[in-house]
Amino acid sequence: AFFWLVSLLLSSLIWFIAVKASDPRDEPLQKGLLIFGVMFSVLLQEAFRFLYYKLLRKAIEGLVALSEDGCSPISIQQMAYVAGVGFGLMSGAFSMINLLADALGPGTVGIHGDSQLYFLTSAFMTMVLIFLHTFWGILFFHGCEHRRWWEITAVVVMHLAVSGSTFWNPLYLGSLVPSYLLMATAAAWAYLLSGGSAQNLRRFLLCKS
Amino acid sequence: MITFMNNSDSEEEPCNERTSLMSAESPPVPSYQDGLQASEAGEAQAHRKRRTGSSRSPNNVADGDTSDSGVPVRESTLENEEEELTLKYGAKHVIMLFVPVTLCMIVVVATIKSVRFYTEKNGQLIYTPFSEDTPSVGQRLLNSVLNTIIMISVIVVMTVFLVLLYKYRCYKFIHGWLILSSLMLLFLFTYIYLGEVLKTYNVAMDYPTLILVIWNFGAVGMICIHWKGPLQLQQAYLIMISALMALVFIKYLPEWSAWVILGAISVYDLMAVLCPKGPLRMLVETAQERNEPIFPALIYSSAMIWTVGMAKPETAARGPSQQTWDAAEDGRENHRSPSHADCQVSETRSPVPTRPITSFEELEEEERGVKLGLGDFIFYSVLVGKAAATASGDWNTTLACFVAILIGLCLTLLLLAVFKKALPALPISITFGLIFYFSTDNLVRPFMDTLASHQLYI
Repeated sequence: AFFWLVSLLLSSLIWFIAVKASDPRDEPLQKGLLIFGVMFSVLLQEAFRFLYYKLLRKAIEGLVALSEDGCSPISIQQMAYVAGVGFGLMSGAFSMINLLADALGPGTVGIHGDSQLYFLTSAFMTMVLIFLHTFWGILFFHGCEHRRWWEITAVVVMHLAVSGSTFWNPLYLGSLVPSYLLMATAAAWAYLLSGGSAQNLRRFLLCKS
Repeated sequence: MITFMNNSDSEEEPCNERTSLMSAESPPVPSYQDGLQASEAGEAQAHRKRRTGSSRSPNNVADGDTSDSGVPVRESTLENEEEELTLKYGAKHVIMLFVPVTLCMIVVVATIKSVRFYTEKNGQLIYTPFSEDTPSVGQRLLNSVLNTIIMISVIVVMTVFLVLLYKYRCYKFIHGWLILSSLMLLFLFTYIYLGEVLKTYNVAMDYPTLILVIWNFGAVGMICIHWKGPLQLQQAYLIMISALMALVFIKYLPEWSAWVILGAISVYDLMAVLCPKGPLRMLVETAQERNEPIFPALIYSSAMIWTVGMAKPETAARGPSQQTWDAAEDGRENHRSPSHADCQVSETRSPVPTRPITSFEELEEEERGVKLGLGDFIFYSVLVGKAAATASGDWNTTLACFVAILIGLCLTLLLLAVFKKALPALPISITFGLIFYFSTDNLVRPFMDTLASHQLYI
């Protein structure tokens, strides 16, 4: 969570500088700057995820060195999951909390002609992002562990795609549907990487021992 | 925060964590009473609290040093085990501290956001005489710096005063001072708080009910904090009085002064704990020499020592139990700013004389909770509360400061485990908190607002 926060800080710093240095009345430029800001922020988030991976790697080595039986009490997969959840929660909290606070107050949604489903879609979008961050965490760490660069690039590309798809808001079909599809893909992929299989799933669902 | 290296280095003993009923005051002991008075004196007022808190850090540092000096070679062999245990319990300690700090902050933020009384400007404390309603920025800055200087010097003076009182064994005075201050906190501030909350929610309450409620709350609080009580109730009371104190600060400190004071006090804490001549250090050393606990009830402790009901016969164990008790209490006390890994405390606390009671110490050692000074709670909550009050109604800033403080606390505990030395708990967290507050408020907020208005997600 902290790492996500720092990445957000840096990316907003860049964006802020860019905005202040540019002409505020120039609409397309502002929009362009915003797009640039978003993409840069995504890349920075992934970079910080990588840094976090490095940090955790060191921590695991330390724990292994200190433990009695040569294996650390917490595995890298667990750490990947926790990292993903941390990123997701922080990103979700930052996206939603102001919205929720305003939702408590008086007002009408979409009174100026904007979509009336603003809150609902925001909620769904946040949810899908939180899930995605969790799965991306697992995929990313797995890729780093086994030196599979294509997994890492896949995560980055997915993140860019999801953020990019939000540019189609308020055409919610264009943003929510691809995001959910991507989430399902990422979920299945992460599940398989974590050692799950169709059989496990069936056994779990049918409550077999 | 001070972690002390154990002289005995008996880290082989299994560390179990036991929580149990613990009297905040050691029951049988005159020396404890002294310590108690000392702590009570420290508790007397908000400022005193802060002072004692800060005084504690140097004390802790002092302690660490004195105990460290006595520890030669034994460590090398036991180092690995120690480290492993420290790391194993480190995570647990961190969680044990996260919960109360979070609770305190939640209470403060909830009150700030709902009860408007605490964000209205209704005058200032006499400790910050310069007003900030000046037309020019430079003047305002100058006033806030002057306010900070006055406040910090008041704190230093009170700390030195307290140390002198302790040194010259004016325990009754300290005792009375502490009791008076916690009385004021528990009754007066609670009354004001309750009044404001009731006003905000437009709930009527008649005076008899009010008197009943406040009397019960206050009386039970006094007993819990200064005497015996269930651990969780004592923790709850400590959290509540920290929150009340933080709210008072948030209300009565003018804006810029508050931020400068936060910065200055973390610098002061750093210096007081790590420099050899700080009043807190002297306090700790004195307490250690006398083998007394200092300032009970000014430290939040997450687990208690089991002194009642030990298997040993009471009479035989009286003497040593006192010492180890004091030792543990000391470690606790020494905790105001610094967080403290307890396991090391009790042992270091009794450096010289108490070797014969090793077995008893082992039992005492079972307590592996962690301690954090109440002043730390107060300042963390002041930072987050100020962020909630003045950040243009933005929750992101509050959240960012909250995460920053918790991460700072984590790092501090980590450093504590690594260095095994008394460390101040304020600097890292407050620095992170300040950085994140100013950057989130000025940089992240416009970015996130623009994103939200276009419903973009990053």
